[in-house]
Amino acid sequence: MKILITGMSGQLGRKVAEFMHHQGHQVIGVDRRPWPDPPRGVEMYNVDIRKRPAEDVFRTRRPDAVIHMATVTHFTTAADERFRINLWGTKAVFDYCHHYGVKQVLFVGRHTCYGAAPDTPLYQNEDEPPAAIATFPALSDLVSADLYAASAIWRYPEINTAVLRLCYTLGPSMRGTLSNYLHGPRVPTVLGFDPLFQFMHEQDAVFAIGLALLSQLRGVFNVAGPEPLPLSVLIRATGRTNIPLPEPLFSLAMGRFGFPKLPLGAEEHIKYPIVIDDRVFRKATGYEEAYSADQTTQAFRYS
Amino acid sequence: MSFLIYDDVAERVERLDIPFNRYGYDSFGVSKQHLKYFYSMLTFFYRHYLTVTVEGIEHVPDRGRCMVVGNHSGGIALDGGMVVNSMLLEREQPRLVHGMADKFLNSIPFTSVWLNRVGQLTGLPEHALQLLEADRVLMVFPEGARGTAKLYKEQFSLVRFGTGFVRLALQTRSPIVPFAFIGGGDAIPTIRNFKALGHLLGVPYVPITPYILPLPRPAVHCHIVYDKPMIFEGTGSEEDDIIEGYVEQVKSKIADLIERGRKTRDTTVAIRMGRKIEADEEGRT
Repeated sequence: MKILITGMSGQLGRKVAEFMHHQGHQVIGVDRRPWPDPPRGVEMYNVDIRKRPAEDVFRTRRPDAVIHMATVTHFTTAADERFRINLWGTKAVFDYCHHYGVKQVLFVGRHTCYGAAPDTPLYQNEDEPPAAIATFPALSDLVSADLYAASAIWRYPEINTAVLRLCYTLGPSMRGTLSNYLHGPRVPTVLGFDPLFQFMHEQDAVFAIGLALLSQLRGVFNVAGPEPLPLSVLIRATGRTNIPLPEPLFSLAMGRFGFPKLPLGAEEHIKYPIVIDDRVFRKATGYEEAYSADQTTQAFRYS
Repeated sequence: MSFLIYDDVAERVERLDIPFNRYGYDSFGVSKQHLKYFYSMLTFFYRHYLTVTVEGIEHVPDRGRCMVVGNHSGGIALDGGMVVNSMLLEREQPRLVHGMADKFLNSIPFTSVWLNRVGQLTGLPEHALQLLEADRVLMVFPEGARGTAKLYKEQFSLVRFGTGFVRLALQTRSPIVPFAFIGGGDAIPTIRNFKALGHLLGVPYVPITPYILPLPRPAVHCHIVYDKPMIFEGTGSEEDDIIEGYVEQVKSKIADLIERGRKTRDTTVAIRMGRKIEADEEGRT
């Protein structure tokens, strides 16, 4: 199969590319960021997905399947730029897929789109609305991209579109939302709150993405790993020190005293759990995580 | 072992039929260590502060899903705590009872953590369904906050029952074990509820007792009566009048149990009082 990966130069993108290449598929990558040393046989195009040269790659290379991972999740990028990449980039990719006869598209999204609030249930399934748009406004571009991608299921019925909502990934690459939060030796939490956190080994995430593509999924699927653990346990297991701060001090302390800078609304995601139910995905693909919670936290801790 | 944990309580927590992972948590975030503290605190109230007696607790199955459904009384959900504790202390095979906590509680620091760690999840239909599907025991007070808002003089009455619990029982094929809790209103005798003050504090209402604070009075005798499981056939999507018929059956069963429990308790209390009077007289002579 000829697979095009957008956002291939990212940590997860590179791993997915290597995995699919290793499985014997022809892999083509599109990313603004360079990846100077991709495996031999992996084609890399240094172009912006919203621009003409990216469309040229679709037209000339004619991929069978697309894994769309070119979304910005960190908040160092300005909001309007995030919107341009995440929402308009997603639109561009689906338009190209429709025009150039792509049969299968995977959108790799995040479980954070469900949002966290005092009355969010544990083990949310795919039917729950993405409440993050209210609880965590800075995520609105990712929520829109997720919903827009899912709308391709009826807009372009000839394409098998699958939207994956992955829980936090953790592992030796030390990259990603949860890794950034757990980066320093001291991790700030909100005093009197200790939500369940759901995470998976990054290698399991790669494996799940591969499985989703090969199973020709269609629809929206939650993807998770081992049983969730309370945040305090996760912090201890990764060898960090938990610094519980009273809520009024929490937002003042962020970005100071060596604490990570967190965007508005992130506090809710540290006070309340986002736990997803991934039974549908497991049933559809036969996916089972290879790494336990222990192995995952240790892989992160000792890398 | 910490001095705040009773040894026999800890031993019973160890025997709970809950799949704890190697960190001591289950998939809902219930923690074995937190349970030991929580049950020890409840046990202090159960044995020493109040005295609680139980009958018919064998009607709750040793394993598998089940709903225990009963009446509310007494300002704060003290009755819930005592029911939860009775299922740990009074049974051969102890069982963890999951209550459904009011939503505002999850936004209060510490309360949020503790309720989640001891299995008293936020009262959401999703949680009720998940817990039953995981073969846990779910405690339901169909009167809800209307039930705890009963005044002292209304404590043995029943107010309107919600109907969701019967649909849930049908949908998950869970037996309903009815129970009556006697003494909640004696322990916390509400004379008035302040709703406006409650709104200011972010709670549904603030109950006021003759001694102002809604704290339980010491040495009140409470009694819990459990009865045979009630099993209804259906899918949970029946018409309202069918469901209301089932709800009415459960409600009248609980009303009967309240009458039965009151008699038992009054006899027990009379016997104890009698003994006390006899002892006092002996002391005097």
